[in-house]
Amino acid sequence: MTADIALILAMDGLANGAIYLLAGLGLVLVFSVTRVVFVPFGDVAAFAALSLAAFETGRTPATIGLVATLAVLATATELASLARRGETARIPRALAAWGLLPAVPCLIAWACARPGVPGALQVAASVLLVVPIAPLLARVVFQPIADASVLVLLIVSLALHFLLSGLGLLFFGPEGSRTKPLAGGSLQLVEGFSMSGQTVLMIASAIVLSALFFLVFERTIAGKALRATAVNRIGARLVGIRPARTALLAYACASLLAGLIGVLIAPVTTMYYDSGFIIGLKAFVAAIIGGLVSYPATAAGALAVGLVESFASFWSGALKDVIVFSLLIPVLMLRSFLSAHGDEDEEEIDA
Amino acid sequence: MSPRPPARHRIALIVVSVAALAAAPLFTGSFTVSLLNDIGIGALVALGLVLLTGVGGATSFGQAAFVGIAAYATAWLTTAQGLSPWLGLGFALLLTGLSALLIGLLTLRLGGHFLPLSTIAWGLSIALLFGNVDALGRHTGLSNIPPLRLGPWSLADPRAIYYLIWAMVGLACLFAHNLLQSRPGRAIRSLRGGATLLGSVGADAYRVRLTLFVIAALLAGLAGWLYAHKNRFVSPSPFDVRASIEYLLMAVAGGLGQLAGAIVGAALVLLLKNGLQDVLPLLSQRATQLEAVAFAILFILLLHFARGGLAGFVVRKFRERGSASRPSDGAVPASTPPPTVAGATALPRRELPARGTRILSVSHATKRFGGLVAVNDVSFDVDAGEIVGLIGPNGAGKTTMFNLLTCTLPMTSGSATFLGRDIGRATQRAVARLGLARTFQHVKLRPQMSLLDNVALGAHARTRAGVLQAGLRLDRAEERAILAEAWRQLDRIGLADRADDLAGSLPLGTQRILEIARALAVDPVLLVLDEPAAGLRRREKQALAALLRRLRDEGVTILIVEHDMDFVMKLVDRLVVMNFGQKLLEGVPSAVRADERVQAAYLGSVT
Repeated sequence: MTADIALILAMDGLANGAIYLLAGLGLVLVFSVTRVVFVPFGDVAAFAALSLAAFETGRTPATIGLVATLAVLATATELASLARRGETARIPRALAAWGLLPAVPCLIAWACARPGVPGALQVAASVLLVVPIAPLLARVVFQPIADASVLVLLIVSLALHFLLSGLGLLFFGPEGSRTKPLAGGSLQLVEGFSMSGQTVLMIASAIVLSALFFLVFERTIAGKALRATAVNRIGARLVGIRPARTALLAYACASLLAGLIGVLIAPVTTMYYDSGFIIGLKAFVAAIIGGLVSYPATAAGALAVGLVESFASFWSGALKDVIVFSLLIPVLMLRSFLSAHGDEDEEEIDA
Repeated sequence: MSPRPPARHRIALIVVSVAALAAAPLFTGSFTVSLLNDIGIGALVALGLVLLTGVGGATSFGQAAFVGIAAYATAWLTTAQGLSPWLGLGFALLLTGLSALLIGLLTLRLGGHFLPLSTIAWGLSIALLFGNVDALGRHTGLSNIPPLRLGPWSLADPRAIYYLIWAMVGLACLFAHNLLQSRPGRAIRSLRGGATLLGSVGADAYRVRLTLFVIAALLAGLAGWLYAHKNRFVSPSPFDVRASIEYLLMAVAGGLGQLAGAIVGAALVLLLKNGLQDVLPLLSQRATQLEAVAFAILFILLLHFARGGLAGFVVRKFRERGSASRPSDGAVPASTPPPTVAGATALPRRELPARGTRILSVSHATKRFGGLVAVNDVSFDVDAGEIVGLIGPNGAGKTTMFNLLTCTLPMTSGSATFLGRDIGRATQRAVARLGLARTFQHVKLRPQMSLLDNVALGAHARTRAGVLQAGLRLDRAEERAILAEAWRQLDRIGLADRADDLAGSLPLGTQRILEIARALAVDPVLLVLDEPAAGLRRREKQALAALLRRLRDEGVTILIVEHDMDFVMKLVDRLVVMNFGQKLLEGVPSAVRADERVQAAYLGSVT
């Protein structure tokens, strides 16, 4: 391996790491607030990418149908629970929040699905279109069982991934697609070595978004509510934070991150309906390195995963995933060594 | 004791099922027989998951990888090496067991969600490896695997291997059933109570969980071996994470709480899958896509509305209908133990130290939690045959001191000696094995286990039956002795008539007393009790005091942490008073009662 190749691999790794960083942030956010390991995260990203690909070929993305169906289901769930509790006065608001709000990005997307619409608008429409997916799914699937054990939530989350990837296959078909690069040109770093505009964009987005993330968490009431719920659910409730609402906020943030990831990687990787799973899984590896709670450690983990993946693919393209997942072994060993004295009670599984 | 109708029903049900399964190939077509074969193989894997997840509380999303390791192992040995499939069985189980041991050693110390997440990672990696190794045929897999032969008979025909598969399922269920009703089984069933509970009776939660993980993997390995020789062809895709989740789905759908849930679940899932494959093509062109979607939806609905699975649902209905005074934990009801001790040899007792010898001495014990000094430079001794009380106002550091003594927490500095051995750095388990038994302030019982089983868990460190002995019922003499001992301790605390009730059905005060019985089953030299009188009524307190005095007369030493002054003052020989993490004074009850400092600590000083 020459220095040139190493440099190229490192750049690649950083770009990948940027993606895993964003995905990891989303996963940690959802987990810490809701205790749900949000496996369908990658699927949402894939939907954004495939929607963008549909826009570029002048088709209406099938995601619109998915979002609309979910909105109907969520509205029905919400109305049913309101009716059960006899809170009929809140029905108009529920209709607006669960029925009309998700329809907005659908309409925008529908309007953008014609030739001649500027690319930037289509990118924005793709990201917006997937934002309602995670909150709607959460309302229909997770909120009714919010008190279940982490294990049950995890199993449901996995089933949800299979549901979404099945729907993805149904909507988008088995063909992969790749979109136009968002940023052209290249950046000359040193003599004889340049970085593609897309790579620069990916890394820059990761830096900007994570900075934004920290600002939101440190400086805004909503961010503080998220942190409070993550630290202590009951305590947060006692000071007037509604866990269900905070959870929806977390899901919406995660969905937004997933959408951005989707449009960022679509130009550099051919995306299939099920490409999201592996991306999500590698982000998990990063998140596990961060203990599923620490954002900075997750960021470091994401970069490590990206770099390892990039160098591993140089040695063996087929085994790169195996190598990335076996990265977990030293991490887990370290964790188990550190937690040798900790004793937390096992959760009761209601059988 | 009255005969239990549910048990009779269960036996009848088992007999009918076995007969139906035995007759099935005679009356059904070959398609049904191969479906039943698949169900049997699925049931083996799901059985492992019922044990691991349902009973042990650890989840694996990588079980299909173990099926794959075994299938590939036997496939490779019988095709590339041309050896007998029966050698393949040994090789497959060996390889699966070793892999499980390795993976378990690395991951099983992880708590909560880390374990399941890591199982996804290795489950994926192993399946990927199969597709990338030349010797294993890469993505095309290995074909021409020889069929099984039993003497002169070839088991190539689905009808022939059917009996082998279902015999294996039956034997595995029997093994699992026996295992759960035994010494290792009680430890497995207590895993979800936490490592501290197991440590307090001298068991190692990590090792118990590791053993369970290997057992589950071996069941998957057995399934993999059968799979390879039934299909006579292996390729990577049936062993990926998707398949693992399908196995988990079987266990959940059938009911993680019952062994029978494994068979019920495997049948449910595979029949449903089959039905969907028949129906969906009529509805849509894209049947295979819809199948995954329909499956996921059904699964989510199941977890929303029937988390106990089908078997759990049936059992609940049974319980509601019948009197069913004694439902089962985890899987199956314990065989009713004889209320008499007849026929059981007594468990060996420890030799108690002579009255008056020093058995515990704590010197300069200190515990810091960050900046907070919870226990600060405390020293005291306990001699054999006395009852020592540890008292102090709220926040005095009593419970922390207690945790230091029982080695539940490591000391920051200082030392403790128990029976001449330094226990300052010892594990909780080692101390328990030396003869220090404890109860918990926040009761740690297994609510779904009977009183008898809860107490029998206490005898864990005094007995040695292993998993294999238990599963093959070679442990019965020892098991009788354990149950007799447990019954004797229950009798001592006056709960023998409720031996078969669930511990969760007792009021909290009585649960504390039950913990004492479990601690007594450890055969302790020193009994350390954390607020045993809390929640007891006056008469019960008197009975408890009488019991503790009787124990002292038998030579057991008792250290008691208690809030109820009246109770303590009348009971103990000596008191150690703590305040703000430090020892205030030590002395006989009357002296302590008269001491101004103690009065100030409790009531506030007048000045």
